[in-house]
Amino acid sequence: MKKSVFFGALAATTLVAGMASAATIDDVKARGELLCGSSTGLTGFGAPDASGNWTGFDVDLCRAVAAAVLGDATKVKFVPLTGETRFTALQSGEVDLLARNSTWTMSRDSELALDFVAVNYYDGQGFMVKKDLGVSSAKELDGATVCIQTGTTTELNLADFFKQNNITYQPVNVADDNEAQSQYVAGACDAYTTDASGLAASRATLPDAENHIILPEIISKEPLGPVVRHGDNNWGDIVRWTYYALLIAEEKGITQANVEEVLASTTDEEVKRLLGASGDMGVKIGLDNAAFKNAILAVGNYGEIFARNIGEGTSINLARGLNALWTQGGLQYAPPFR
Amino acid sequence: MSDAFFRTEMTPPKAPPITERGVVKWLRENLFAGPYNTILTLVALYVLYLFLSSVIPWLLNGVWNANSLQECREIVTASAGEGATGACWAMIRERWNQFLFGLYPQDLYWRPAVALGLLLVAIAPVLFPKVPRQLFWLTLFYPAIAFFLLWGGSIWTPIVAMMGFGVMALAYRLLVPLSGVTVAAMLGVLAAVLWWLFIDAPLAEALSAALPVGLQSVGSDQFGGFLLALVIGVTAISFSLPLGILLALGRQSDLPVVKMLCVGFIEFIRGVPLITLIFTAALLLGYFLPRGTNFDTILRVIILVTFFAAAYLAEVIRGGLAALPRGQYEAADALGLDYWRAQRLIILPQALKISIPGIVSTFIGLFKDTTLVSFVALLDPLRGVTSVVRADLNWKGIYWEPYIFVGAIFFVICFGMSRYSMYLEKKLKTDHR
Repeated sequence: MKKSVFFGALAATTLVAGMASAATIDDVKARGELLCGSSTGLTGFGAPDASGNWTGFDVDLCRAVAAAVLGDATKVKFVPLTGETRFTALQSGEVDLLARNSTWTMSRDSELALDFVAVNYYDGQGFMVKKDLGVSSAKELDGATVCIQTGTTTELNLADFFKQNNITYQPVNVADDNEAQSQYVAGACDAYTTDASGLAASRATLPDAENHIILPEIISKEPLGPVVRHGDNNWGDIVRWTYYALLIAEEKGITQANVEEVLASTTDEEVKRLLGASGDMGVKIGLDNAAFKNAILAVGNYGEIFARNIGEGTSINLARGLNALWTQGGLQYAPPFR
Repeated sequence: MSDAFFRTEMTPPKAPPITERGVVKWLRENLFAGPYNTILTLVALYVLYLFLSSVIPWLLNGVWNANSLQECREIVTASAGEGATGACWAMIRERWNQFLFGLYPQDLYWRPAVALGLLLVAIAPVLFPKVPRQLFWLTLFYPAIAFFLLWGGSIWTPIVAMMGFGVMALAYRLLVPLSGVTVAAMLGVLAAVLWWLFIDAPLAEALSAALPVGLQSVGSDQFGGFLLALVIGVTAISFSLPLGILLALGRQSDLPVVKMLCVGFIEFIRGVPLITLIFTAALLLGYFLPRGTNFDTILRVIILVTFFAAAYLAEVIRGGLAALPRGQYEAADALGLDYWRAQRLIILPQALKISIPGIVSTFIGLFKDTTLVSFVALLDPLRGVTSVVRADLNWKGIYWEPYIFVGAIFFVICFGMSRYSMYLEKKLKTDHR
């Protein structure tokens, strides 16, 4: 016990010492490479493909930041991190940025000395059941067996939900997503619960997808977003505004393909500022004025990133839902770019 | 004359009754010896039937040519009918390279392949006595060659690092007549450490600037699959054996400081689970090292795994040392041999021979433990690469195939080690038990 207090104190001291001297932007520029903490493999959000190139929704955000900071979207090193190692790796400076579908919670924001700079995907926990179970609402799941990953917030949400609705369930504990899916397919449980985006990805790969439905109830809030170390506010601003630039680009109809064209013809002052044609918005946060243009040029706007990796054109087939722009009834809202 | 009948030749022996020979006898004795035995046999047969009746069609329906799990299923349904199951080996066909090499650049696969080939040549003289002794030179330089092939970069880095060993040997040679083995060895190590700390980096840099020869460098983060398992396993195995021997000798030493250090090290490492050590190596160290220190995660893991295996080996070898009769030690003393000669010529050859099964068990365990690095998000073949493959929408939902593939390769390697240890025991057998 004493030992752990000692190590904790030592770690905290080093952390504070590290923060005082840290300027992540300088580290990244000196290294010429962005270290981006990513998942060890999550369908649609981040994984290496057959030839070893990283692709995915979170991966594209890292590429956008690299394009903004270094002017080259390929100068990213993806560091795969597990659920256990992700925050420590960020705190100890092994990665500059964590973009690994991490839920923004109060304790992570405060206790862990991390800053969630934006929410790039609003997710929530849902249920998938077989159609022939004859259930159309999660509230009808009384007495059902539910496949659930142990040691996650998902598990706690599930317990809360059933308690609130005065119904019972039988948990079938599994270690990870793949085991959960194979247990569910084998019929070991009636319902399978995890984040709705994960459910959609699982359902897309089932041999008989049409026989499975995702129930309408979303029982938790899971705002997922990029994370940086607490205390380096300038770096946090860079990541946040790179993300907002992608949102504004979608709002203004700027795409990867037409960005140069828009730049040449636009009369919109905000677009000019965004693309670096007027003002010095980039320089204000220590970047190039063309930084945000580079980001859009590298990965496209938010809508394009969504559509390419997880949207309705792909087999994961996620609707925009909460992640639509505010102008279209969603929650994605960027403050004014001025 | 009496008409008594005398048989003049022996009657030919009759075959034993059907219940007392052949298959029937074996079945009666082994499978149906009594009611309980019979019930157990029937139950076991039924379970076996259940298992095989689902596994054999699954294996027979295996599909090798497809681009996704979906396609595999369609092919199985088309060829074996509705509801049939089949293995989807097509995944292995597409992703075998990631299972073997991780994210290593594809156009550079020849480098790990050559490194593995050279490894087999380099360990041959260690493993088999009939191999020409000259090959030992390759063995000696193999670590530098393998490092250069796998990580690339300037050729001078490994060469200058190897020169450190040259410095060590030189210092030892020069000092041995003056100060005796122990002190000379210590000073030799000191000289090498000084070389690595102060001369190594600048010299390597100067040489690279003067004569830039090298290969494209590949970062450790791109290592994965069996390449990673073998890099960690082989390095840890080859360094843990000498370290383990030294620790075992140190534990029996008469010098209290040496003894205490060795006991402390062994007991600390053995008292802590490997996974804790790996977490410490990969995460906790990051807090203490200054920001931006580029201390490779794989290297950290290798060092900790080596320590772990060395502590266990030390105890295995201590068992061997303890098994030697006291007379052997006394005989060595009576011949007037000094400590190191006695160990080298009399004690260790016998002690190590006794410990072979234990040593090889530790090695096999160590090699399999390399998969634990997946907990610090290195791409081990079992969990790391498998989760990468499953994150691909084409292969999401695949379950048994990657495990079977990886398990089969692990089995071949570990079984090989086990057979080699049996060969070695047989070869070294000198008693008449």
